[in-house]
Amino acid sequence: MKLITAVVKPHRLDEIKEALQTFGVHGLTVTEASGYGRQRGHTEVYRGAEYTVDLVPKIRIEVLVEDEDAEQLIDVIVKAARTGKIGDGKVWSVPVGTAVRVRTGERGPDAL
Amino acid sequence: MAAAITLAAETPTLSAANTGFMLICSALVMLMTPGLAFFYGGMVRVKSTLNMLMMSFISLGIVTVLWVLYGFSMAFGTDSGGVIGWNSDWIGLTGIGLTELWDGYTIPVLVFLVFQLMFAVLTPALISGALADRVKFTAWALFITLWATLVYFPVAHWVWGAGGWAFELGVIDFAGGTAVHINAGAAALGVILVIGKRIGFKKDPMRPHSLPLVMLGAALLWFGWFGFNAGSWLGNDDGVGALMFVNTQVATAAAVLGWLAYEKIRHGAFTTLGAASGAVSGLVAITPAGGAVSPLGAIAVGAVAGVLCAMAVGLKYRFGYDDSLDVVGVHLVGGVIGSLLVGLLASGKGQSDVQGLFYGGGLDQFWKQCAGVFGVLAYSLVVSAVLALLLDRTIGMRVSEDDEVAGIDRAEHAETAYDFSGAGGGAARNAAQAPLAPAENKKVDA
Repeated sequence: MKLITAVVKPHRLDEIKEALQTFGVHGLTVTEASGYGRQRGHTEVYRGAEYTVDLVPKIRIEVLVEDEDAEQLIDVIVKAARTGKIGDGKVWSVPVGTAVRVRTGERGPDAL
Repeated sequence: MAAAITLAAETPTLSAANTGFMLICSALVMLMTPGLAFFYGGMVRVKSTLNMLMMSFISLGIVTVLWVLYGFSMAFGTDSGGVIGWNSDWIGLTGIGLTELWDGYTIPVLVFLVFQLMFAVLTPALISGALADRVKFTAWALFITLWATLVYFPVAHWVWGAGGWAFELGVIDFAGGTAVHINAGAAALGVILVIGKRIGFKKDPMRPHSLPLVMLGAALLWFGWFGFNAGSWLGNDDGVGALMFVNTQVATAAAVLGWLAYEKIRHGAFTTLGAASGAVSGLVAITPAGGAVSPLGAIAVGAVAGVLCAMAVGLKYRFGYDDSLDVVGVHLVGGVIGSLLVGLLASGKGQSDVQGLFYGGGLDQFWKQCAGVFGVLAYSLVVSAVLALLLDRTIGMRVSEDDEVAGIDRAEHAETAYDFSGAGGGAARNAAQAPLAPAENKKVDA
């Protein structure tokens, strides 16, 4: 199993959710996040005093999938999240040791 | 202020129109103090909002009572040596008849008194912007009690009272550029030099927590300022009050444009805070000048004030004094600009026939304006610094470091301005204990 994590622009959430549903993903977790990449943040000016606001709002989407689906799903997310402008975000996957459905106790792929 | 200029040769009688006009103007000026509170309140961080509001509000409480007890008497009573007034009939307002007229005017003494009261309330409140986040509320209350007594009441007498030295010298201060704005700005500088910087000044971000609140406050100030300025002719018989109203609007508009233009060129954006600050700088600058200049002159006064005040607010970073909300940069600098420009731009057609340099009057009036400006500036700066030092050495001016960091609202007022559900404030509220039930509600085990 793999955990796919995507940190992307907040307004792309609906597109990504739709794309994942079309692909057959049943569940996901969304968290509000903030951060910056190469583009950094932006500058605000108050009576001439300049403040650099480093952290910009993002959302963090997490999905557990079977190994063989991971690469394709990453592509789906990337396609749905892309605007072509700076700050579109990142998507990555990591191997997962165990997953358990809390209600039933099912383990591994059955828990997805 | 035209306090002691006699308007007409015949004996004045009470004018219902002027009296009504002046009561409305007084109410408008009253609105400036809460307007100022919101203007300042939006500019501080969330944790200091209530303290900022309260520092203005308490002035409404304290100065009103002082004014009735002895303030009016000190400011407008019979002159002693050009320095201070006194009239024992006015102590506690005991000897003032309901229809007794104010010195050659068509309005009752009580109306003049309440109009002037609103100025006296506003002026100490102006100082508070420089002290944001860090001053004990008790120390502030004592400060404005002493400051109003030792600085505002005498200075109001100098500038507007019959026999006051600046008044007799011929210094023009139509509605309070010297007595209100330079006075408060210089006092702010004096106090912050004593109490020092906020923790984290120039290191931590201290951006305004609510610019809509700042805009609301600035708008209320602008609105109230029509009473402040147009009312200062104490009547509406000859059009000078109306000229003042026009000039107030015109100068303020020009100052908004001046500040925004400077900002766009210097910092690349037209900011909301710049527009609000520009408006206030224009209002401050036209206050002493509005009765003396033409509407075109008012555009010049406003534009110059907008640009120069925008430049002046950066001075605190260069010189390292922490004037939290730029009372020095806006009120002191704006007041000085307006007061000095009278010496250049007085047209001879409004409040008096005095002409400034650009209207062929030479530099005579300019030197008089300088005397008024620097006399008030120096006196207010020194006495305010001494008062702050005195309070700091006795009861202490500043809250503890812990309280300053955690937020002065909680420490001094036992309240917080906002309940952010789900964030820290909400969680803390949810975890707080329910209030104890009053004893009589207990049914058993009593």
